[in-house]
Amino acid sequence: MKSMKLILMSLTLGSVFLFSGCGNGDGKGTGAIGSSGAAEKVYVAPGELDEYYQFFSGGFSGQVTVHGLPSGRLLKTIPVFATDGEKGYGFNEETKPMLMTTFGFVPWDDAHHPKLSQTNGEHDGNFLFINGNNTPRVARIDLTTFETTEIIQIPNTAGLHGSPYPTQNSEYLVAGTRFSVPIPQEDVSIDTYKENFKGTFTFISGGQEPGKMDIAFQILVPGYDYDLATSGKGPSHGWTFFTSYNVEQENTLKEKYASQYDKDYIAAVNWKKAEEYIAQGKFKEWPAEYYHNFYNDKTHTATATKKSGVKVLIPAECPGLVYYLPTPKSPHGVDVNPTGELIVGSGKLSADLTVHSFAKMLAAIEAESFDQEIDGIPVLNFEAIVAGTVASGGLGPLHTEFDGRGNAYTSFFISSEIVKWSTETFEVLDRIPSYYSIGHLSIPGGGSMKPWENGKYMISMNKITKDRYLPTGPELAHSAQLYDISGDKMELLLDFPTMGEPHYAQGILASKIIDRQVKFFPLEENEHTYKTLNEKDTRVERDGNEVHIYATMIRSHFAPDNIEGVKVGDKVYFHVTNLEQDWDVPHGLAIMGAQNAELLIMPGQTETLLWEPLTPGIFPFYCSDFCSALHQEMQGYVRVSPADSDVKLSWKLGDEGSGN
Amino acid sequence: MKSKGSLLLAVVVALCMGACGGGSGDKESKGKFAPPPVAKPLTFEEAKADWKNQKGLGPVTNVDLGELDDALAARGKEIYELKCTACHSPENEKLGPAPKGILERRTPEWIMNMILNPEEMAMKDPIGRGLLTKYNTVMANQGLSQDDARAVLEYFRTLK
Ligand code: HEC
Ligand SMILES: [Cu+2]
Repeated sequence: MKSMKLILMSLTLGSVFLFSGCGNGDGKGTGAIGSSGAAEKVYVAPGELDEYYQFFSGGFSGQVTVHGLPSGRLLKTIPVFATDGEKGYGFNEETKPMLMTTFGFVPWDDAHHPKLSQTNGEHDGNFLFINGNNTPRVARIDLTTFETTEIIQIPNTAGLHGSPYPTQNSEYLVAGTRFSVPIPQEDVSIDTYKENFKGTFTFISGGQEPGKMDIAFQILVPGYDYDLATSGKGPSHGWTFFTSYNVEQENTLKEKYASQYDKDYIAAVNWKKAEEYIAQGKFKEWPAEYYHNFYNDKTHTATATKKSGVKVLIPAECPGLVYYLPTPKSPHGVDVNPTGELIVGSGKLSADLTVHSFAKMLAAIEAESFDQEIDGIPVLNFEAIVAGTVASGGLGPLHTEFDGRGNAYTSFFISSEIVKWSTETFEVLDRIPSYYSIGHLSIPGGGSMKPWENGKYMISMNKITKDRYLPTGPELAHSAQLYDISGDKMELLLDFPTMGEPHYAQGILASKIIDRQVKFFPLEENEHTYKTLNEKDTRVERDGNEVHIYATMIRSHFAPDNIEGVKVGDKVYFHVTNLEQDWDVPHGLAIMGAQNAELLIMPGQTETLLWEPLTPGIFPFYCSDFCSALHQEMQGYVRVSPADSDVKLSWKLGDEGSGN
Repeated sequence: MKSKGSLLLAVVVALCMGACGGGSGDKESKGKFAPPPVAKPLTFEEAKADWKNQKGLGPVTNVDLGELDDALAARGKEIYELKCTACHSPENEKLGPAPKGILERRTPEWIMNMILNPEEMAMKDPIGRGLLTKYNTVMANQGLSQDDARAVLEYFRTLK
């Protein structure tokens, strides 16, 4: 009956189509099928793959989410700066060190700008970097495993917003202080802001070398609020730009007092010059402590290493290192176009965009067109460096990206819209609303030298969604909107809710990443200290009040699955190795009453759960990731006896028991 | 996404032609839509009796056993111990059958296909399907290369 209906339906549709298709050629036959409608452009049929990976920051969730474009489908949540019970991240012994800082174990952060690694100014698909705003940190996500593998803490910094914005070959990731503070930290009156508070720009090396991220050097700058950053490319390669606000240096009611002056500055940093000064030894060694945490995919274990000391450059002692470009109205975003010549400053309290010319900037430096000098930093003459102004007609410009066809797209928070303009004539070409209150926008590759496919899609990230979705109580999801920008007019295609605050996102052509996916970890390469590669080596060992269970898992049993001789007061470590060697067969481990989370162990991987039983009794454990037809049978028991009991340690699986 | 539109069109047109096309009516369209004739699959028992002709489904179509190669067998034993003993034990039944004497009930090709392609073997091969019904749990694909599977086969030859 069903199939009959289906055939009938296709027949009807078919004939409608045929009629309109072979009609009189009046060109009006744009029925539901075959039209260039938005639905068709975002439809990815069941079983088909998206064209792009789009990496969204989770904002105050501290994580990254991966969506496919054009469908908007959520593919994965990658835990970065916050613990994640689903994956045991920050709960198992292997990943706890990832969240170590000089402030102790910090299980949350505010993740802001996911940035893809670059080679020759193009996204190479190797890594994704992202900054933690609150407790300053920068993380690396490996795009072969989609796991966070490295986190470096940024010392002498507070409020790490302008980061990581890699340079053209990811020579450096950068970081600016959004909140100036005493550097080094000091107990002073907040009212001594102007005298004691300073900012820093940090350059982090090792972008392309896993495990090698390090603080290359810092630059000490006046105590403004350094907001966003971008690194130059092509001709401007070798420079990094940071926006600032609060050049008023106010420390209270900033909303009002930090917006008094007509212009703030974009700081232009010549980091090649910085390298020369470092080589010449013109730096100061300052005390600073920070953590460098690295997760090794062979040992399946992270280590947290405390480091100390940084090299600091002081602009007054290093001529030519930093210049200030005056830019109207508290600039927020700073973005360089694909040719590397235009530096777009978005004065967030203004209607207009200020576009500086990199060539003019160099000429002004050469000609010493300076208006003044602040702490050894020359302020360039505004007229000498401006390439043009975009009279946008919008309000509250924030961020700009590019399509590689000579067009720029700027988000406007207050007027809630996107404005498309020409980077040649600075004329506005088109505008389209966002729903509502857009922050960043993203064109896959649109911040690099080579936007993918010359700019096909654009994503807006919106802070407010009031009437856009079914209501869910007081808290509503933020959203992303997908636009087709391949034509003259921008077209809204899709609107989908996102996790946390999708603060920023970057996209990359799926084909750049698909082929390098790790499907499982070969057992032969497992170097975990507590691995067990063979069921015959599974065992339980006691060392004082520590009990180490060397266990394995495979469809669908644990070895061992009956354990006795554990006592109240013991610290029980389950070291479990997943013996599967096939794609998509993780197993979980969950124990009644465990105060952390589950383990979710990938094929070939070893993970450890610490469990401290509080009462005697029988405690079941089981596999929490549905793995086979006999998944429900994948379970075991631990017997916990009173602290003073003399129950012997023993374990077994099936008839193969053992003990000591 | 354009291509999907035209694909859909092609399907619709094909359906349309299949269903309403041609003047010869019933007979022809029946021929087009009737499922192709399928040979009746062997039962587990029939397939086991016919084991010498059962090569299984997968990449391996022909194996020349030749003289026993001790070094290869030793390598096979290592692989087997690392990747198979969670479910198999050489001499005794565990979660799956013991490989002892397996060459007297399965062809070398069938064994290698079982190791390399267990999912399809469990679904479509008459012996594979029968074993699944008996043992209840699906044999895992442990990601062996063809060379590794050959080494394990050599090791199996030593288990008599
Ligand atoms: C997760 C458990 C599991 C693992 C791991 C496993 N097997 Fe199996 N194997 C089985 C089961 C169960 C069967 C029975 C068939 C079925 O149920 O699908 C089987 C059947 C077989 C057979 C057919 C035996 C016969 O008498 O017909 C061979 C050969 C075999 N396995 C070889 C291997 C080899 C070699 C490995 C390691 C590379 C391996 N298996 C790993 C569970 C497993
Ligand atoms: Cu399981």
